[in-house]
Amino acid sequence: MKQFTSNPFYKFILFPIGQMLVFILGASLALSLFIILLAFLFRSNVTDFDLVERTLLILPQVLINGITIGFVYATIALGYTMVYGVLEFINFSHSEIFMVGGIVGVELMAYFDHTGALQTMNQYVVIGLAILLGMVISGSLAVTIERIAYKPLRGAPRLVPLISAIGMSFFLQDAVRLILSLTTGEFNVILPNFGTFDEFLILAVPGIENPLRFQIKSILLVGVTVIMLVGLNYLVNGTKVGKAIRAVAQDRPSASLMGINVNLIISITFLIGGALGGAAGVLFAIKATRLDPFVGFFPGLKAFTAAVLGGIGNLTGALLGGLILGLLESFGASYLSIFTNGAFGAEYKDILAFAILIIVLIIRPSGLLGQTVAQKA
Amino acid sequence: MGKLLELTNVHSYYGHIHALKGISLHVDEGEIVTLIGSNGAGKSTTLRTISGMIHAREGKVILGGTNITQHEAHVIVGMGAGHVPEGRGIFPKLTVQENLDMGAYTINDPKLIKERMELVFELFPRLKERILQYGGTLSGGEQQMLAIGRGLMLNPRILMLDEPSMGLAPVLVDVIFDTIKKLNEQGTTILLVEQNALMALSIAHRGYVLQTGEIVLTDDAEKLKKNEMVQKSYLGIE
Ligand SMILES: Nc1ncnc2c1ncn2[C@@H]1O[C@H](COP(=O)(O)OP(=O)(O)O)[C@@H](O)[C@H]1O
Ligand SMILES: [Mg+2]
Repeated sequence: MKQFTSNPFYKFILFPIGQMLVFILGASLALSLFIILLAFLFRSNVTDFDLVERTLLILPQVLINGITIGFVYATIALGYTMVYGVLEFINFSHSEIFMVGGIVGVELMAYFDHTGALQTMNQYVVIGLAILLGMVISGSLAVTIERIAYKPLRGAPRLVPLISAIGMSFFLQDAVRLILSLTTGEFNVILPNFGTFDEFLILAVPGIENPLRFQIKSILLVGVTVIMLVGLNYLVNGTKVGKAIRAVAQDRPSASLMGINVNLIISITFLIGGALGGAAGVLFAIKATRLDPFVGFFPGLKAFTAAVLGGIGNLTGALLGGLILGLLESFGASYLSIFTNGAFGAEYKDILAFAILIIVLIIRPSGLLGQTVAQKA
Repeated sequence: MGKLLELTNVHSYYGHIHALKGISLHVDEGEIVTLIGSNGAGKSTTLRTISGMIHAREGKVILGGTNITQHEAHVIVGMGAGHVPEGRGIFPKLTVQENLDMGAYTINDPKLIKERMELVFELFPRLKERILQYGGTLSGGEQQMLAIGRGLMLNPRILMLDEPSMGLAPVLVDVIFDTIKKLNEQGTTILLVEQNALMALSIAHRGYVLQTGEIVLTDDAEKLKKNEMVQKSYLGIE
């Protein structure tokens, strides 16, 4: 067993992917069973169609949508949770770092469109370049923000840097709005139309009436985030820098006595979190197709929620929390109106998701995979 | 035998709290020097000022001829000053092996790391038995061994120990002090902070007595042991 677990292929490829699969299957299964049970219970209330049948009919698609958005939340949530793990501080400007990544990515694609290169380039190269640029810009932005707005406040009471972070959020929103208005005249950015991302990959599964429809966008999104999550796992658990990040998170003064440059490690943490946020921004933009400087707010809030749900400071928890939140949201959007005869529409999906969050936190205040404060000491 | 470490008129603060009020002391190569004093006297602050965890506002800290007063902690470690902090500072969720690895953070040669680790295990065989256990699950004595072992991974020129006997059973205190003596005989210079003044003075060559941020007395350890004030205040002898 010991030899098996120390095999790098197992440790850094199989294990994290297996863990993701377990989370996806586990969360999907639990929610599916729950909704099917509800369908049976409410069956007699609905007369114009068979509730159970309708529930099962759309279930696969609901799961696919939920998992897709769940991966976006998970990727953003990692930025919150990494910074929290190291500094015990909520970086509220992370939602704007995400937004900047998305806008920069879209602007790059718009630039390719403008020069006419877009239609001749390979669509995956375009996306790859946009993601890369989003990561670089967001990562550097996160590092810069930390240096300017958080580092000088490191000794201050905990609320002070928090307020600085909220201020930074507003500043970034308005700065982006200003720059966009000055350069393009309006502050919406729209993804140029190119490639086959809107098309569907259709998979007929025997035993399921409707074939499964995977939008190419969604496959791309899940694929890229999985690669990034595997990479992050390797970085944190397999490299010297990762070990230093964990050491700084556990005991900052001790880490400095080991010869670790704590400030550098904190910067690297912001760099990684910011880069993940930037990549998530570009992927989100491909799905949303239209962004403005305020677009970071809701995904940011939900990702933060996901981080708390999973247990803030815990990387695996961010993944689990993101997936659960994405699934809850997708279930809410699809089933609320069916189950309530239209009384509550899809717009109540967030209420459902947050209600469940609150229940979970009442039962487990430290989050699903979080530790109690006593354990942490 | 030159001066390995020298503090001249060092003043350190925590915000407005004036914790060190002009400390001057020195440690020669090969010595064991102890710093004794009651709770809050400034012993830990002295070590923190040397290792760069806090910076002196006034005065000078010289290590091996270099002025390190304003150097960052991670740089000073690399210059040969190991600091085993008060409360041990073990990484609770890293294994014993990973904790020792962290001690060798600035070494890039895996062979050298392994060699050093073997030396630590020779010194504390108990750590080897617990190599895959998390630091946080060790007993107090084992944690102290790990903290000292970790501090030795860089083979420091001077090892600074902050109350290594704190919270340990008497048998373990003996083990720790024997180890300190052995390390010194093998060539490591030691700066030892202790509340257990009797133990400290029995292995040290010289000592300093600290009171509210000032050095009030310094002498050879043997003479300090016989000093009336020391006996009364720190050795519990009336
Ligand atoms: N982190 C800190 N913040 C503020 N004051 C501190 C801190 N650490 C120590 N002090 C104060 O500095 C003085 C010296 O403390 P310390 O060096 O820890 O003493 P000792 O190690 O001799 O018990 C004490 O008055 C203590 O209250
Ligand atoms: Mg102390």
